[in-house]
Amino acid sequence: MSTESLSTGITKRIIACLDVTKGRVVKGVQFVDLIDAGDPAELAHLHAASGADEIVLLDITATSDARPILIDVVRRTARQLFVPFTVGGGVRSLSDAAALFDAGADKISINSAAIKTPAIITEIAERFGSQAVIVAIDAKRVKAAHTEAAPVESQRADAVAAEVYLAGGRIATGHDAVEWAREAESRGAGEILLTSMDCDGTRTGFDCPLTSAVANAVNIPVIASGGAGSGDHFVEVFKAGCADAALAASIFHFGIHDVRELKAQLQREGIPMRLPC
Amino acid sequence: MIITLIDYKAGNLTSVRKAITHLGMQSVVTDDPELVLKAEALVLPGVGHFCTTERLATSGVRAAVLHAIDRGTPFLGICVGMQWQFAGSTEAPETEGLALFEGACERFQTTLKVPHVGWNQIRRTTTGKPSRLLRGVPDGSFVYFTHSYRAPVVSGVSAVTTYGETFAAAVERDNIFGVQFHPEKSGDTGLCILKNFCDYATERSGL
Repeated sequence: MSTESLSTGITKRIIACLDVTKGRVVKGVQFVDLIDAGDPAELAHLHAASGADEIVLLDITATSDARPILIDVVRRTARQLFVPFTVGGGVRSLSDAAALFDAGADKISINSAAIKTPAIITEIAERFGSQAVIVAIDAKRVKAAHTEAAPVESQRADAVAAEVYLAGGRIATGHDAVEWAREAESRGAGEILLTSMDCDGTRTGFDCPLTSAVANAVNIPVIASGGAGSGDHFVEVFKAGCADAALAASIFHFGIHDVRELKAQLQREGIPMRLPC
Repeated sequence: MIITLIDYKAGNLTSVRKAITHLGMQSVVTDDPELVLKAEALVLPGVGHFCTTERLATSGVRAAVLHAIDRGTPFLGICVGMQWQFAGSTEAPETEGLALFEGACERFQTTLKVPHVGWNQIRRTTTGKPSRLLRGVPDGSFVYFTHSYRAPVVSGVSAVTTYGETFAAAVERDNIFGVQFHPEKSGDTGLCILKNFCDYATERSGL
């Protein structure tokens, strides 16, 4: 066991994400070009059995199709799953959230609705507890030359500027990612799921500077997402990125990585992991 | 043998119920003090704020639970359900706990992030009888936590966990059991713990 593990006890989490549309798991590159990766319930169990610490299911087209999330898929996936299970995509109201909890979700992830109506964060947190509310932030770096095109408030001299997008990366909001993470925390979010749109699907590594900027700005766990391609990328996001958890989809679906093998590598690098698992 | 899950309208019982069903046990959900009194075994799942347990006092469930415990009914409290077994919590100072274990729950005093969310290890305490609830669970096993308040390490604490400071992860005395973590979310380790409780309850109902 590493010294870090002894001092804090808590392990860093490896989260397997299922991006679902029309009841099937899909994977795209930078939010487009979707390919079929399998059945959500089967994949969830497979990932849990191979050592994933948590499962996230995101209905990635629920918001853009303006339809509710697929409750039956959630229920079927949750039935035999005994690790934490988060569901997101198209959660617009307290009753949407309640239906997901009833179907077996332990946490819900809200993105677009939280931006449009931030009070929904508090509303769900007060009813189901902050531990059940993840605010998902899809962020894209603001390049220096384009700052006037994408107005981001409160620019900090040496800060990492990133803008929040919604509806699966389709709509720019003008919100700064770090500021929005802080606000989400103050409104009752229990965790932040931060996806780098620049890195998503590229398998070139997480956006560590952005992750660490958000992780150090809030006192709730930050889950890093987007860009995982190798074990080294996870090492970087836990060390340089200060992430509490890291989420990946494609590298797990196609068996590039065995989660257990990945965790063993991270443990060797001094990152506390749940092993054996 | 039917496990009675106490509903106090805070959070959801689906996950705990699902795990009990997976173990081949039947369960019912109720907030009726009469049914709590008659239960063969009681589970109080819990999430959220300590003040939500106030509802248990006003509905008469609190008195029914205390009566059932006196009669030997197996009782398992999970998360806030375990915290409720202590005298109270600084999260809601005006809300009384059951005071089955001494001391009150307090917010984590650490520079680490609060809430404590994720997988952490449990270690048995060296005092007291071997834990019935943790039978077959290796020391150092990982379980899933999510909480901001923690219970003190006092008499009756069967396992502890460290997150900046050491706190009560599990309590046990006679027919009273509690876990701060979520066994229904802790993979095979958690299912083993729930099965131990169900086995104890089944054995007792056969007496």
